[in-house]
Amino acid sequence: MEANKLNTNEELKTHKSPSGFSIIWRELVRDKLALISLIFLILITAFVYGVSFVLDQEEIVTVDLFSIHEPPSEEFWLGTDYGGRDIFGQLIIGTRNSLSIGILVTLMSGLIGIVFGLVAGYFGGHVDNVLMRILDFFQILPFLMIVIVFVAIVPKYSIWTFSLIMTAFLWMGIARLIRSKALQEKELDYVQASKTLGSSNIKIIFTQVLPNITSLIIVTMTLNLAGNIGLESGLSFLGFGFPESTPSLGTLLSYARNPQTLEYRWWIWVPASVLILLLMLAVRNVGEALKRATDARQRRG
Amino acid sequence: MIDMWKFTLRRILIMIPQIILLSILIFILAKMMPGDALTGMIDPNVSPERLEELREKLGWNDPWHIQYADWVGGLVQGDFGQSFRFKMPVTELIGERIVNSFWLSVATLIFTYLIAIPLGILSGRYNDSLLDQTITGYTYLGFATPLFIFALVMLWVFGFMLGWFPTSGSVSPGSEPGTFAYVMSKINHLILPAIAMALIATVNTVQYLRSEIIDTKQKDFILTARAKGASESRVYNRHILRNSLLPIAAFFGYEITFLIGGTIFVETIYNYPGMGLLFFESITLRDYSVVTAVVLLFGVAAILGALLSDIILSLVDPRIRIK
Repeated sequence: MEANKLNTNEELKTHKSPSGFSIIWRELVRDKLALISLIFLILITAFVYGVSFVLDQEEIVTVDLFSIHEPPSEEFWLGTDYGGRDIFGQLIIGTRNSLSIGILVTLMSGLIGIVFGLVAGYFGGHVDNVLMRILDFFQILPFLMIVIVFVAIVPKYSIWTFSLIMTAFLWMGIARLIRSKALQEKELDYVQASKTLGSSNIKIIFTQVLPNITSLIIVTMTLNLAGNIGLESGLSFLGFGFPESTPSLGTLLSYARNPQTLEYRWWIWVPASVLILLLMLAVRNVGEALKRATDARQRRG
Repeated sequence: MIDMWKFTLRRILIMIPQIILLSILIFILAKMMPGDALTGMIDPNVSPERLEELREKLGWNDPWHIQYADWVGGLVQGDFGQSFRFKMPVTELIGERIVNSFWLSVATLIFTYLIAIPLGILSGRYNDSLLDQTITGYTYLGFATPLFIFALVMLWVFGFMLGWFPTSGSVSPGSEPGTFAYVMSKINHLILPAIAMALIATVNTVQYLRSEIIDTKQKDFILTARAKGASESRVYNRHILRNSLLPIAAFFGYEITFLIGGTIFVETIYNYPGMGLLFFESITLRDYSVVTAVVLLFGVAAILGALLSDIILSLVDPRIRIK
């Protein structure tokens, strides 16, 4: 019975090949978890960016010595930290900052990785060899330590330098992936045909090969976003991410490095932990659904 | 076999420029760090002119390539300079700390494989059962949980709330080295951080083993073994496992990279005096000669780990050798 239904479905589908968006949409609707995750992400993004227009970061991070370490109450929904700063406000600002830096780093490392991978894969041969040795070297570096050292010694440290440092050591994964795809792609007829017609290499790479691998790029960058949110919060947790004046979710967790806070003042660090976990799970769920949508063999819908 | 040696040799040759590049990068970083070893030993009675003289004598006004050569020369002889915070040679300091980190890593690896192999096998053997779904659920959550959050929660629950494990240090104060109680106290301090790290580190291995076993159990040679009348346990233990465990062994080297990142978080959270905590303390207190040495050692460890993995992989899969 079930098999029959599937068969008729298959037949219906062959009539018209569905557009990219409708495939993704169908996959998301089939995968309830991914749909819920997507709605959650949209709501929370809209909420934190919306509220932070009203909410003043300066006001949130101003030290208030009369309300240090208050437990959750009517006035402070999630209590206060050691500087008397409202945790709930910091949570909103922190989520916004974590999301922003996650997206920024993902986009920048994606850009470098895509260009690097496309050039290595498309030209192949010696170019590929040299570029891949450079990539190997970056990949072998102890990422966390090098980033921390850079953060500690860079003068005029700001959000921008922080994201640049992270980007500098995070582009390799996507570059490798794009390269292997570009190696396959350049053997295909359309590239050969375009070459015969006399298109320049740059034109082929960026206007012909690139559009053909967009789905791979979108999937990888979505999955990277989850990882980058985790990395940023980890660095902030150690005290080498955002300064306290621009709290991120990791900053709230870093207060738990104090055993007193860890043991007795859960309201400071538990909400941020849960939020990081939920954000990472939600982004990953959406990413996995997108991945299935782009691979016809794995599609559920 | 000749192939094998050729591959290993070529792989080692690739490693040498990597180590040289790493050392240059770290040298540049060290030069960018504010202050030098003399700022650390500063004595108000020494005049700035005398300091300048000392700098000249120690060769710090030489061109960079000579300084680099001197620095590398020192490293080769095991001279990493002086820690200004601990007032002792960096080599000695690291010697103390590296033992703790070594045992923590060993414990973590033991727990990782103790957890990962049974879970992976069960999950692959009974795939799509309730048990498999539970294990897959664990890997799904474990994959998304950042190590430091998990380590914090473990410390909170088992260290503070239940009080089953000590919450900081590597041994109880006052224990006598060499006694049985000392060793037990050491182990007791290791368990919680090691399990915390292992539970996150297993995730990849479990997933890999599961899909390997699911793949392998439909292959022809397994059907043949079953057709010959081999018992189910023999099929799994003799035929399937042998094929699936080797790649797991190959990941061993890459685990080192994870451990390096992991120790910084876990040792900081559990206040465990190993290399990770040493790195964290030194960079916070700007004790740069220590920072340089730790980064260099960890970098070399990661390079060696990758080498080890590649060699094991080439043993397992001959296709890798022909490249």
